[in-house]
Amino acid sequence: MFEKEKLESIRAATREYQERLEAQVKKRPERQASFATDSGIEIKTLYTPEDIADLDYERDLGFPGSYPFTRGVQPNMYRGRLWTMRQYAGFGTAEETNARFRYLLEQGQTGLSVAFDLPTQIGYDSDHPLARGEVGKVGVAIDSLEDMETLFEGIPLDKVSTSMTINAPAAVLLAMYIAVAEKQGVTPDKLNGTIQNDILKEYIARGTYIFPPGPSMRLITDIFAYCSKNVPSWNTISISGYHIREAGSTAVQEVAFTLADGIAYVQAAIDAGLNVDDFAPRLSFFFNAHLNFFEEIAKFRAARRLWARIMKERFGAKNPRSWMLRFHTQTAGCSLTAQQPMVNIMRTAFEALSAVLGGTQSLHTNSYDEALALPSDESVLIALRTQQVIGYEIGVTDTVDPLGGSYYIESLTNEIEEKAMAYIKKIDELGGAPEAIEFMQKEIKDSAYRYQMDIESGKKVVIGINKFQMAYEKPKNLLKVDPAVAERQTAKLRALKARRDNQKVKKVLSNLREAASTKENLMPLFIDAVKAYATLGEICDTLREVFGEYRQQIVF
Amino acid sequence: MSERPIRVLVAKPGLDGHDRGAKVIAQALRDAGMEVIYTGLRQTPEQIVEAALQEDVQVVGLSILSGAHMHLFPAVVEGLRAQGADDILVVGGGIIPDEDIPLLKEAGIAEIFGPGTPTTEIIRFIREEVAKRFPKGRENDDKD
Repeated sequence: MFEKEKLESIRAATREYQERLEAQVKKRPERQASFATDSGIEIKTLYTPEDIADLDYERDLGFPGSYPFTRGVQPNMYRGRLWTMRQYAGFGTAEETNARFRYLLEQGQTGLSVAFDLPTQIGYDSDHPLARGEVGKVGVAIDSLEDMETLFEGIPLDKVSTSMTINAPAAVLLAMYIAVAEKQGVTPDKLNGTIQNDILKEYIARGTYIFPPGPSMRLITDIFAYCSKNVPSWNTISISGYHIREAGSTAVQEVAFTLADGIAYVQAAIDAGLNVDDFAPRLSFFFNAHLNFFEEIAKFRAARRLWARIMKERFGAKNPRSWMLRFHTQTAGCSLTAQQPMVNIMRTAFEALSAVLGGTQSLHTNSYDEALALPSDESVLIALRTQQVIGYEIGVTDTVDPLGGSYYIESLTNEIEEKAMAYIKKIDELGGAPEAIEFMQKEIKDSAYRYQMDIESGKKVVIGINKFQMAYEKPKNLLKVDPAVAERQTAKLRALKARRDNQKVKKVLSNLREAASTKENLMPLFIDAVKAYATLGEICDTLREVFGEYRQQIVF
Repeated sequence: MSERPIRVLVAKPGLDGHDRGAKVIAQALRDAGMEVIYTGLRQTPEQIVEAALQEDVQVVGLSILSGAHMHLFPAVVEGLRAQGADDILVVGGGIIPDEDIPLLKEAGIAEIFGPGTPTTEIIRFIREEVAKRFPKGRENDDKD
């Protein structure tokens, strides 16, 4: 990027600087013997043009909105439109979550994000024995189309975009969403939103799997194929590094394992006979924004460039939209402390800022009380206001990729890309992500342990945990999920089963059972089944009969 | 008499998939010289009780972040009691609201370790409690 002679003279000047630096350090030692990012990348005292001497502007950075998208996916980024402010929410019954959604929309939130309870995520109805104690706890309980109708009551589905954190049974929940829209008079081509639909990271890090990898990948490619024809604006998957990071990975591992999962989905869809440019433009990603500020910014930029290169060079995609890594970000839940919880507001703000400087398309900011409970109305409002301060008050949105060209940021971006690529090569050698689940789990577990030991030794400072501890006030008004939710859901289920046409339910489920053992696309069958008010549990049980269930290998 | 290491079952009851904490604790206990068995995800209280007896442990560590602890933790203690294994030390961790802690202790959970607890504190607690409860080491050693 620099003229040869200029570089030479900078190199000479740098040597002089090094001498002065050494003298200085000898006199006054630095705070630490060495400095490193969370991924263990060594941080130098100073970065100069020398560190990015090999950087080729057009090849490695390019222009925003163009290959390789290092600087962003749109030509003018936030000067056009800010990111979508999207707070993940859901608890109790569909009625309660519907009220929280309406509250957030009134406060200026621009998209919805649905949290489902664990039984829903694992395909059990609320009256299942394994659902005991879990109904409505970490998200909303959805048993049938009836609950989904209540969840979106009074929210026009052609006007909002909705993200649904649902994986193993994603196809069924998407079918319900399409059916609710139809009742509102909204056709599928008008729907905007995302299903997470990323089963590989469930095996690796998040844990809400149902079926084995083979049939799970088939459900995913069925969704890709169906949506490319019928729900063209829908993001059919959100390939997620978020949970990999929460489970303890480093930033480099987060990029590497997420893109390795992405490669597996693209390959599966190509193997199923799809054309890469028919589905790849609808792939989306989901990353964590953690505390190590510059490494996080570089991580987002590196992920974008690496994915563009993979799609173009490895898969031969021709459509520029297939090369684009568009992503949602959530601040790091695992960085929050139960101690001195108000300090979490600052942590979250810096993390959110890194996501914006990294060019995120949408953002969830955590609430300060989330190490203690689900967020209250008050804490979630501060979290949303944090995004609004970044978006409207501090000027960081007025130019594109303001840190592009920084010697440090570009150098870190290069290094993260390189190290992630080395991991991806290793995963390829193991046979791809589905074959490398235990390898990734072990890497994550080791990083998590190192992180914890660094906190306990004081090497990593966490205010309130190992430094500046003090007595603190616990937040009041913590959200409590009404324990009667399970009873209410069970009563609703009983009434539904008495009211619906049970002959029809039997028929749609037997159709589904038959089709599941063929290669037929199952999406239309899910839509028929949910419209007949077959429950989520009934539909998933039908698939369990055909597909079997995944058994976790214990890596420890 | 050579001292046998403390045996611990680290278990994830319920449907919750957050096992970062459970794995970190399991490794820390192992590094502290204990023998540790980790159950993996989605264990019912019955499965945990069975594993505790089969593995002949002195300690069961339960980890949960989904909010289902009031249902699942006491069920494990009751299951152990029903099997005559009420000397087994049961401890818990995760996102547990303050007001639930006295109720869990009443139900027989010896201690609850919240977010931010150093692993050294958990190790110390387990050693002290096991020394009190099993002064002669592992009970079944004599029977086998």
